[in-house]
Amino acid sequence: MKGARGPALVLAGWACLALLGPLLPLHPDRIDLARILAGPSWHAWLGYDDLGRSLFARLVMGARTSLFVAAAVVSLSGVLGAVIGAFSGWLGGAWDRVIVRIIDVFLAFPGILLAIALAGILGPGIGNVVVALCAVGWVGYARLVRAQVLSLRRREHVLAAVSLGAGQGRVVFHHLLPLTLAPLLVEATFGVAGVVIAEAGLSFLGLGVQPPAASWGGMIRDGTRYMLVAPHMVIVPGAALMAVVLAVNLLGDRLRDRFDVRSGGAGHEAA
Amino acid sequence: MIGFLLRRILAAALVVCGVVVLVFALIHLTPGDPVEVMLGESATPADQAALRHALGLDRPLPVQLAEYFDGLAHLRLGDSLYSHQPITAILAQRIPATAELAGAAALVAVLLAFPLGVLAAVRRDTAWDYGSMGFALLGVSIPNFWMGPMLILCFSVWLGWFPVSGREGLASLVLPAVTLGTAMAAILSRMVRSTLLEVLGEDYIRTARAKGLSEGRVILHHGLRNALLPVTTLLGLQLGTLLGGAVITEMVFSWPGVGQLLIDAIHRRDYPVVQACVLLISVTYVVVNMLTDLVYAWVDPRVRLAGRDG
Repeated sequence: MKGARGPALVLAGWACLALLGPLLPLHPDRIDLARILAGPSWHAWLGYDDLGRSLFARLVMGARTSLFVAAAVVSLSGVLGAVIGAFSGWLGGAWDRVIVRIIDVFLAFPGILLAIALAGILGPGIGNVVVALCAVGWVGYARLVRAQVLSLRRREHVLAAVSLGAGQGRVVFHHLLPLTLAPLLVEATFGVAGVVIAEAGLSFLGLGVQPPAASWGGMIRDGTRYMLVAPHMVIVPGAALMAVVLAVNLLGDRLRDRFDVRSGGAGHEAA
Repeated sequence: MIGFLLRRILAAALVVCGVVVLVFALIHLTPGDPVEVMLGESATPADQAALRHALGLDRPLPVQLAEYFDGLAHLRLGDSLYSHQPITAILAQRIPATAELAGAAALVAVLLAFPLGVLAAVRRDTAWDYGSMGFALLGVSIPNFWMGPMLILCFSVWLGWFPVSGREGLASLVLPAVTLGTAMAAILSRMVRSTLLEVLGEDYIRTARAKGLSEGRVILHHGLRNALLPVTTLLGLQLGTLLGGAVITEMVFSWPGVGQLLIDAIHRRDYPVVQACVLLISVTYVVVNMLTDLVYAWVDPRVRLAGRDG
């Protein structure tokens, strides 16, 4: 895909750091009192934090957190939302009306407000972050797949399957859901960006991953307290976060252009 | 129009009821006993029973829910467990700050988005276009909680132009508004660009050009004016979204609004205040979205007539 090499490289780097991090000789919890708040140097390219821990090692640990949460939340909420949305669109009637109302209620909370409230009440911890973000995340996938299924349900291959006696489950899983995969993939790609920001945001607010575990959001929050003397503590994790989110968004744009000609090419048609 | 109005208001009312039920349910999601969590481990059983009674948690769930609705209908939200003040009074103190921040952020977004979007559309496929859209991509990719500290670092710490945090005077509003408004500016500028490109391809634009009108007049009077409607709708919808982003922005800048109140209440386990803040923000969001829809339908009859077919 044209223009996707840069973003793909950044994401591959993110995944490699996260997956191979434990194999590297890194000590994210080792405290070096002589190097507290030390800036970047030849010895340590990214410097040290307020407890004298290597910022690079913390960054790798934070990459693990964000990758784990993103993978868990996007896959769980994607599957859950797709199944709910597909059945809602396929069954129609009262089921559909109820599910649409539920979706509307969930969409009535702007941004990550509901996730903040849920994570706040469930208590901190990576598991609760995943639960809170899944509880909010399934809605987008459900709405997307429902709309897709509504436009697909009268297709001939679906009618043929029904007249051959296929059950509800078979129609949904074999004849409808596979056709929604392309838009679902685009949505899930942007979903990764959203979840990475949301996890970091919750940790920034103190509602996510707890110390000594590392999260980029938590690192930014710690860094803001030492901004006058050690700006690298804020700059480093934020730059990593932005690079990953930007790469995911770029990749999502490319995927959308490739799969969905209508929204991607609107500007070109106009001229 | 009246039919559309009633349908839209009824739908919004249903959603608000659902929101109330969900917010009511939040407190029952606490792992273990919410009263134990709120009071801590040192509380005596008598204290726990007293709080449970005060919060109405000793009554059956449907009765609690009905009382919650009844309280809301009379604007009674209960008292804060932390400060023991009525929650309505606490919220009333906080709302102006959040409204001010959201308004200023929307202004920043409009001031940035229109020049960028128009520039990108008019100078399509040039460096101007790529630059503007590059900004838009950056704008949606930089989270508030990093952009805020970076702006503080540059403009408060290094240059000393604006205060680091707090809410004192107009200068203290600038950085929070820019932080909150940038993502919205990014989304809006993309919309301005694509809508304007679409409009500029219409026949009446060719006619306007053929009449010999200057290019500036064609773009501003014939192009942008017709592109304004969808852009304004998006502006309305995004205005509600700002309220969600305001929570984090307020924390970054110690801005004394509803968002900061929410996070402080979460850390203090002051659940009635948490519920009230979440409810206030989401109901405002629903109402703003409904008003946007109504204005859109009022301006563009196609919208309200489309509802009749399905």
